[in-house]
Amino acid sequence: MQIAVLSGATTKFGELWEQSPRSLAQEVVSQAIEQAGIEKKETQALFVGNMLAGILGGQENIGAFFADELGLEVPAVRIEGACASGGLAVHQAVLSLLTGKYQTVLILGIEKMTDYKPEEVAQALMAAGSDEERKAGLTFPGLYALMAQAHMEKYGTTEEEMAAVAVKNHFHACLNEKAQFKKEITIDDVLKSAKVADPLKLLDCSPISDGATAIILSSKFKVQSSRDKPVFIAASAVATDTLALADREDLISLKATKKAARKAYQMAGLGPEDIDLAEVHDCFTIAEIMAMEDLGFFEKGKAGQAILKGETKIGGKGPIINSSGGLKAGGHPVGATGVKQIVEVFNQLSGQAGKRQVKGAKIGLAHNVAGSGALAVVHILSNL
Amino acid sequence: MVGIIGYGAYIPKYRIKLEEIAKVWGKNPQEVISSLGVAEKSVAGIDEDAVTMAVEAGQTALRMGGVSPSKIGSILVGSETHPYAVNPSSTIIGETLACGNNYLACDLEFACKAATTGIWLTTGLIESQKIDYGLVIGSDCAQAKPHDVLEYTAGSAATAFILGNKKNEVMAEILDFATFSSDTPDFWRRDGIRYPAHAGRFTGKPGYFAHVIGAAKKLFQKSGTEPSDFDYCVFHMPNGKFPKRVAKILGFSFSQLESSLIVEKIGNPYSASSLLGLCQVLDQAQPEAKIFFVSYGSGAGADGFIFQTTKNLMKKRRLAKKVAEFIKNKSYLSYAQYLKIRRKI
Repeated sequence: MQIAVLSGATTKFGELWEQSPRSLAQEVVSQAIEQAGIEKKETQALFVGNMLAGILGGQENIGAFFADELGLEVPAVRIEGACASGGLAVHQAVLSLLTGKYQTVLILGIEKMTDYKPEEVAQALMAAGSDEERKAGLTFPGLYALMAQAHMEKYGTTEEEMAAVAVKNHFHACLNEKAQFKKEITIDDVLKSAKVADPLKLLDCSPISDGATAIILSSKFKVQSSRDKPVFIAASAVATDTLALADREDLISLKATKKAARKAYQMAGLGPEDIDLAEVHDCFTIAEIMAMEDLGFFEKGKAGQAILKGETKIGGKGPIINSSGGLKAGGHPVGATGVKQIVEVFNQLSGQAGKRQVKGAKIGLAHNVAGSGALAVVHILSNL
Repeated sequence: MVGIIGYGAYIPKYRIKLEEIAKVWGKNPQEVISSLGVAEKSVAGIDEDAVTMAVEAGQTALRMGGVSPSKIGSILVGSETHPYAVNPSSTIIGETLACGNNYLACDLEFACKAATTGIWLTTGLIESQKIDYGLVIGSDCAQAKPHDVLEYTAGSAATAFILGNKKNEVMAEILDFATFSSDTPDFWRRDGIRYPAHAGRFTGKPGYFAHVIGAAKKLFQKSGTEPSDFDYCVFHMPNGKFPKRVAKILGFSFSQLESSLIVEKIGNPYSASSLLGLCQVLDQAQPEAKIFFVSYGSGAGADGFIFQTTKNLMKKRRLAKKVAEFIKNKSYLSYAQYLKIRRKI
């Protein structure tokens, strides 16, 4: 069975104080339905990726909440998997299509974060962490800083290499109308920004954001003309690891990413060398470096230099990483992020990425991580 | 014509450098200073509060106005740090300034714009011939919770204005007015809670900028003016960046704004912030100067005024100590001394 991405739409990411979760959902779902060229009633199920509506907004039961808002009387579920809620929602939607029970489903990734105080959001996000680490006062910048320190010690990774991730992703974001930070920055800007958790500085960290993204997947699709380039889900894989960083085998890679990637490559019959572009989970700059290596694009310890040389920037030899601006500059509304990654890969593979189009892109990958690597979702999309 | 016939400012002599506060909390001082555009803030002494500072400013305003205190028909005091929750500041101030008993006394609260609302109310009382002279005070001994970002800017100061309508007394005529209000909870303090809370970056675009720009545009439209018609512009100064940014958005040049900027050396003395900027402009302006002024109060609202100075300004202002002199007269505190005199320890 082939599963096609019929459409993908995303709101602007950022401080959307004028918009409610309801209006964000309406905006993206109506666009996705229109782009897909289907009637709303043709969608048979709704999968909502969201992490914080309960803990911050006091609204649980949001599968039904959004089905009601969108006027969809269909089975609706909320899928929570921390920052990978969006990727997991796509995975569950794919599984539902594979059962044959549904033929066309809607996935909504959504998060509203900036209406709350930063300390409330930081505390809520730590709901994705382990009890012990939370109680010890660790937050995600702290956890990723520990990984950065280990990576620096083992491979000689430098702060400049990490900064190059942010510089590249800000450059890409300038080409993306929907990105939160459409502003170019320099390595020096990153190095001089405020320390958050040594060695991570403010500009090494992704922001908190509001945003929503919707896609429609279908196993029942028609190619309208020879010019149409359908985009298929070639693989959808999930893997887990320990919740606590302290329990990991090592701090220099995410085992969940490696496992999910291995499964996804196997499912698609492809390898890392086949990937033209990827949206990876750069919640912190070190996370992109580790993802490059764990996804097999570079040998361990070599990704930092490649990023610094511009190999993964649009126009570089590839694979092109985070053409949307990633989480770092595109924004990171946690439940929406994993779905937005699919939208970006879909737009690239269907030739709709405008100024940031990666020429000749045929195969793309999306990599979404929960917490400090407790869970990872990898999707591979293809237009072949 | 209703206008200002006397004004007075008061800034306590104590200062704390942002560097001193930043070091305590492990922050990079240069980053804090450059991100806020403030280098130091004024701190009231251990025996000072919004009322004592108001009296200091009020005395100066009365002296400059040349009006007998007994002729003051109203005293409106804007502050968010009135010493009492119940028991008016305005009567303590009226009694101390010997204003007799036949004045309308009222305390006002609207975050940082309470006093500018008082100017408009007093203008109405004078225009409707209910009173001849009114005293309006903006005074705050701004509170900030230790380690809150507000701690870097919450300052102390007072301003006082005597309003009247006699041509030979008015030094700055009020030519026009516009206001802009909405229910925008960007900064608040509930009853019984010691320190205010705020909604971080939300205080910017939907708070300060939406309301200041809203009032300013209405004022331009109502008065048929544009930025180039003015010699000076004055805006509320919660930090060093917002007034510069809003002036630029509205089309004013930095030279029109520069004279009013007291925030770098004083911080944000809430109700006295924009009015202290106005005092500093009045300290420097020539007759017939046009001043565009917009305050801002969280919650939220902004009051815009157009003032035009008269020839009376030159002679009268000699009677008061200039804002610049208050700014220069200072004594630095350590963080521990600051905690002590503000009774935080």
